[in-house]
Amino acid sequence: MEMMSASVESWGDRPRPARGLLADAWRDFRRNRAAVAGAAVLAVVVLSAWVGPVASPYRFDEQELAEQLEPPSLKHPFGTDIAGRDLLTRVLFGGRVSLLVGLAGTLVSLVIGVTWGAVAGYAGGRIDNYMMRFVDLLYSLPFMFFVILLVTLFGRSLLLLFVALGAVQWLTMSRIVRGQILTLKTQPFVEAARALGVRNRRIVFNHLVPNLLGPVIVYATLTVPVIMLEEAFLSFLGLGVSPPATSWGLLAAEGAASISIVRTNWWLIVFPGAALSLTLLCLNFLGDGLRDGLDPRHARRR
Amino acid sequence: MTAYVLRRLLGVFPLLALIAFFAFVFMRTAPGGPFDQERALPPQIEASLRARYHLDEPLIQQFARYAGDLVRGDLGPSFRYRNRSVNEIIAQSAPVSLTLGVVAMAFALLAGITAGVIGALREHTWVDHTAMAMAMAGLCIPNFVLGPLLILVFVFHLRLLPPAGWGGLEHLILPAITLGAIRAATIARLTRGGMLEALEQDFVRTARAKGLGERVVALRHALKVAILPVVSYLGPAMAATLTGSIVVERIFLVPGLGTFFVQSALNRDYTVAMGAVLFYSTLLVLLNLIVDVAYTLLDPRVELH
Repeated sequence: MEMMSASVESWGDRPRPARGLLADAWRDFRRNRAAVAGAAVLAVVVLSAWVGPVASPYRFDEQELAEQLEPPSLKHPFGTDIAGRDLLTRVLFGGRVSLLVGLAGTLVSLVIGVTWGAVAGYAGGRIDNYMMRFVDLLYSLPFMFFVILLVTLFGRSLLLLFVALGAVQWLTMSRIVRGQILTLKTQPFVEAARALGVRNRRIVFNHLVPNLLGPVIVYATLTVPVIMLEEAFLSFLGLGVSPPATSWGLLAAEGAASISIVRTNWWLIVFPGAALSLTLLCLNFLGDGLRDGLDPRHARRR
Repeated sequence: MTAYVLRRLLGVFPLLALIAFFAFVFMRTAPGGPFDQERALPPQIEASLRARYHLDEPLIQQFARYAGDLVRGDLGPSFRYRNRSVNEIIAQSAPVSLTLGVVAMAFALLAGITAGVIGALREHTWVDHTAMAMAMAGLCIPNFVLGPLLILVFVFHLRLLPPAGWGGLEHLILPAITLGAIRAATIARLTRGGMLEALEQDFVRTARAKGLGERVVALRHALKVAILPVVSYLGPAMAATLTGSIVVERIFLVPGLGTFFVQSALNRDYTVAMGAVLFYSTLLVLLNLIVDVAYTLLDPRVELH
C-alpha cells in the first residue's frame, strides 16, 4: 500500500512526463538551436541537390564556349567554368553525387560495423578479444593510402568508392556497437529470450540491434560528413569520381587549378568549397545535437 | 617500461609484413602494369623489361624476392624513373614532407592550445564564442578548399607570399597553415574542454586557496591536466596530417613524398607506391608508440600494459 501511495504522490513531482526515447530526444533536439538550424539548412541543401539540376535552365554539362570563365552575374549566379558550363547547376549536380556517396558509404560502414561489433560484443571471451584486437590493429593504419592504392589499381568505379570508403569507417561504429551490446547483454530481456530457446543469431539481430538505434543513428550521422570529405579528397586528387560526372571535390579541384596570376576565377573555388563546408558543418551540428539527445553514454552538461 | 617499448616494437614487424603482403598482392593482381602508359613497346623489349624487373616470375617468387630485399632495407628500383631507386626517392622527398608536417603540427598545437585556453578562461564571452565558432569552421573547411582560399587572399590580393614551390621560409607558411588548421581546430576544442574540466578539480581549488593568482593557477597547474586529451589526440592527428599532406603538397607544388606517392599511384609505379605506404605505416606506428609512452610520462595515473 505504501509503495502505491508513494508512486501516486511522486507523479505530481515530475515536471514533464518522460514519453520514451524518441519523444525525449526530439524535445532536447528542438532546444539545441545549432542542431535545428543545421537540420534546416541541410534539408535545403538536399532538396536543391535533388531538384536543382532538373529545375535549372542549363544542363550540368552544357558547354557554351562563348561564356567561358564568367564571374557571377544574373544570368549565371555562380559564374561559369572553363568550358562555359553554369557553375550553379554543376554545384547542385555535384551535390547529388557527394551526398549519394556519403550516404552509401555510411550504409556500408554501418552494415559492417554493426555486424562486427554486435557479434564481438555478444560472443564475448576470446572471440571478442580477437575481433577487437583486429579493430585496434586496423585503427593504427593510414587508411587513405590503401584506398588510394585500391582505387588506382582497380579503376574508379562508383561501387568501389562506396565500398572502399565505407570499409575505412566501420571501425568506430563497431567499437561503439560492441560497447552498447556489452551493457545490453546483461539485461533481463536477453536472459528471457535465451530461456525461451531463441537462437543466438536471432537474439543479436532481432532483439539487441534494434535497441542500439540511438548511438547508431548518432554515429551514422557523424560518419556521413567524414565519408563525403574523403570522397572529395579522392576526387580532388583525380582518383575519385571521374568526368563527365562531377562532385564537390572535383569542382574544387577544377577551381584550384584555374587560379592564375592573370585572373583568379575565385568563384570556381569559393562556391563548391562553401557548399561542401556548409553541408559538413550542418551534418556535424546535427550529429552533435542528436548525440546530446540520443546517446545514453554522452554526459549532458546542463 | 623498456619491456613495453620492446614488445611494441616487436609487434611492428608482423604488422608491416602484413601490409607489405597485401599491398603486393593488390598491385600484382590489378589490371594493367607499369609499362602500359608508354607507347606500345615491341614485344621483345617488353619481354626483356619484364624479365629485368622479374615480373615474369610466379607471384610467390616475386614476393619472396621482394621480402628478401625488404629485410636488407632495399625497397627496389622505381619502375618509372629508371635510373633511381625507391630508397633514393624516399630519401630525397621524405625530409621535405617531414619538415612540412612538423611545422604544421607545431602551428596546430600553438594556435589550438592558445585558443582553447583563452576560450576556457573567458568562458561564455564573445571571445570564447568566436574562438569556438572559428574552430568549428576550421573543422569543416577541407584543406583543399582552405589552401586555394589562402592562396587567393595572401598571394593574389595581398601579394605577401609566393604561391608555390619550396626553398625558403616563405614557402613554408601557407602549406603549414593549410595543413595544420584542421588539427588546430580539434586541439582548440579539446583544450577548452580539458581546461574547463581541470579548473573544476580539487587541486585547482587548493592552488587558489593558497593564494596563487588566477593566471598562475591556470597556466602552471590546470594546463598540465588539460592537455592530456590533446596528447592522446596526437596519434590520430599525426596520421591525419600525413594523409592531408598529400593534397597540400599537390596544391602548393611541394616536392615531398606525398607528391611522389600520388604520381606513382597514377603511373602504376609499384615499387615506389609500396615503398611510400610502408614508409608512412612505419612512421605512424613509431609515432603512436612515442605518443603512448609520452602520455604515460605525463599522467602518472595511467599504466602501460
